[in-house]
Amino acid sequence: MLDYALTFAFLCFGLGLAMNLYRVFRAPGVIDRVLALDTMVVNVIALIVLYGIKTKSGINFEAALLFAMTGFVSTVAFCKFMLRGDIIE
Amino acid sequence: MEQIAELVISALLVIGGIFAVIGSFGLLKLRDTMQRLHAPTKATTVGVGTALISSMIYFLVFEGTISWHELLITLFLLLTAPITANFIAKAQMHRFIKPEDLPGTGDTTDWATYDLEMTVANPDLIGPDLRK
Repeated sequence: MLDYALTFAFLCFGLGLAMNLYRVFRAPGVIDRVLALDTMVVNVIALIVLYGIKTKSGINFEAALLFAMTGFVSTVAFCKFMLRGDIIE
Repeated sequence: MEQIAELVISALLVIGGIFAVIGSFGLLKLRDTMQRLHAPTKATTVGVGTALISSMIYFLVFEGTISWHELLITLFLLLTAPITANFIAKAQMHRFIKPEDLPGTGDTTDWATYDLEMTVANPDLIGPDLRK
């Protein structure tokens, strides 16, 4: 049963990632692209964690944590650049 | 015990997957950027949170080790999702929405996020003790 649920979750997060990718390419403005990239980061973190359950190893969590941090910092940098035209003033 | 844990983990994974799909679909479906901001920041955060909690239960029951990394990632995501949403909304407001078009605050002061622009345009708004 766990295998089926895991496969379903993989499919769901993969589908979400595909929709975000579509939104990155076809978006009305740059802010939607940044939002889609931020959502992609969250979905990829979930995929890394699910892969950790599938392979029964806890070695992937550092990767997930680093990915969360770099995703947050890059989104904030993007927004700061859109607001002020500069990142570190 | 392991049966119950398997059931709980499977339910959490399915619920999380559905929430993630709803969040990403809302990003495509909703009408304007301010509405689209809601879907990923709320639904996708719940989805990834349930995936992380199910991973934590899995390693606790089947491998016999408590791993705190998941809790750390969950806390980090729950802390940073509102901050990024706030930043994106602020960027959208300053790019496309004029202060005149917003509803009033019901107070004597205006929207705080436009304070800097308003005072640069009209320096008399600052009190004499703050003017340097």
